[in-house]
Amino acid sequence: MGRAVMRLTGSQLRCVRGGREIFARLDFTADAGEPLAVVGANGAGKTSLLRLIAGLIAPAGGQVTFAGGDDDLSPAEQAHYLGHRDALKSALSVTENLAFWRAALGGEATDIDTALNAVGLDHIAQLPAAYLSAGQRRRLSIARLLAVKRPIWLLDEPTSSLDANGQAMMADLMRDHLAGGGVIVAATHLPLGIAARELRIGERVS
Amino acid sequence: MTALIALLRRDIQVALRIGGGALIGVLFFLIVVVLMPFAVGPDLALLKKLGPAILWLGALLASLLTLDRLFAADHDDGSLDLLTMSRTPLELVCLTKAVAHWLVAGLPLIVATPILGLLLNLDGDATMAVALTLLAGTPALTFTGMIGAALAVALRRGGLLLAVLVLPLSIPVLIFGVAASNAAVLEPAGFGAPLSILFALSLAGLVIGPLAAAASLRHGLD
Repeated sequence: MGRAVMRLTGSQLRCVRGGREIFARLDFTADAGEPLAVVGANGAGKTSLLRLIAGLIAPAGGQVTFAGGDDDLSPAEQAHYLGHRDALKSALSVTENLAFWRAALGGEATDIDTALNAVGLDHIAQLPAAYLSAGQRRRLSIARLLAVKRPIWLLDEPTSSLDANGQAMMADLMRDHLAGGGVIVAATHLPLGIAARELRIGERVS
Repeated sequence: MTALIALLRRDIQVALRIGGGALIGVLFFLIVVVLMPFAVGPDLALLKKLGPAILWLGALLASLLTLDRLFAADHDDGSLDLLTMSRTPLELVCLTKAVAHWLVAGLPLIVATPILGLLLNLDGDATMAVALTLLAGTPALTFTGMIGAALAVALRRGGLLLAVLVLPLSIPVLIFGVAASNAAVLEPAGFGAPLSILFALSLAGLVIGPLAAAASLRHGLD
């Protein structure tokens, strides 16, 4: 394992979607231990930036680099992406959903029960995901971040549809991840619950 | 490898559970073939002549019917994003999804064929021969259909596009499938060549399908 301090850098990023330029000449750095909160109006490109880092949108210019991780893997392969869509199959139970992603994502994994316990879903482990509430689905998605270890967390509105307890829990989990030397980039309108550096995008000043 | 086995297991589990739709294809196949004798009439000689073609058409349409959800379901719930980000090559992910689809949607068609052969006045040997051609040919249908399914997701168009894209690719499979089956019914000597071509089409699909599907999924990411 490389013990160098991790740092996720984007330089001169440009994103074009549907023929429209969302942002251009965007630079950012996210250091281990300090979360980067991406803020901006609706449509400013917060989600696009996260998806671009995750390798789900090809950048029209610029590049994303990750230092201090595994050099054989791309930044996307070392990242967790928590998006609007929760990637859960309604027909499978809570445990089956989590077990699938734990196996499919690959890499260093933790015990499923531990992960479910941490997000407060251990009492409904056998329930089909179809019967979960929006907040519970969110918690199950968050459990995925814990079940498989990845240094980069890309969080899109991580606290949406979580109750007060859930938001506190998420803040604790993020704090633990950062304390372990992880990197967090979060797009959010709501307070994250932890101190974060802000990256404001979508303002037409420059 | 564990990742692919997990994906195979999940796709099969999801398809077999309530709402999964594994049986839609075989049910459609059943309906087409059962209705055919009523439409054609009680002419046993004619039914025997048309039998292999009817079975093949039914199988082709049934596999088209179920293929359009192959990637669309994973795309809609965000699973495809995570599969793309995983450390498993996307080509192998596509291959695994195709194999899972064939196991739950293609294999039942072959299992149902001996029963349906009775309705079409095919004798035991002929039915088994048709089942064998389906076994050789349906993987090719799945693999070519997978390319269409991936394109449909990448271009954000629904099932109609899939049919338009995939049907031309399926025609060779249909031609050689029916040729092999007819040969089995009428003149067993000519059975080997078209059957070998069916296997060849399936093997070519096995190589090209996952590569093309993964390429179009990557291109369509957004």
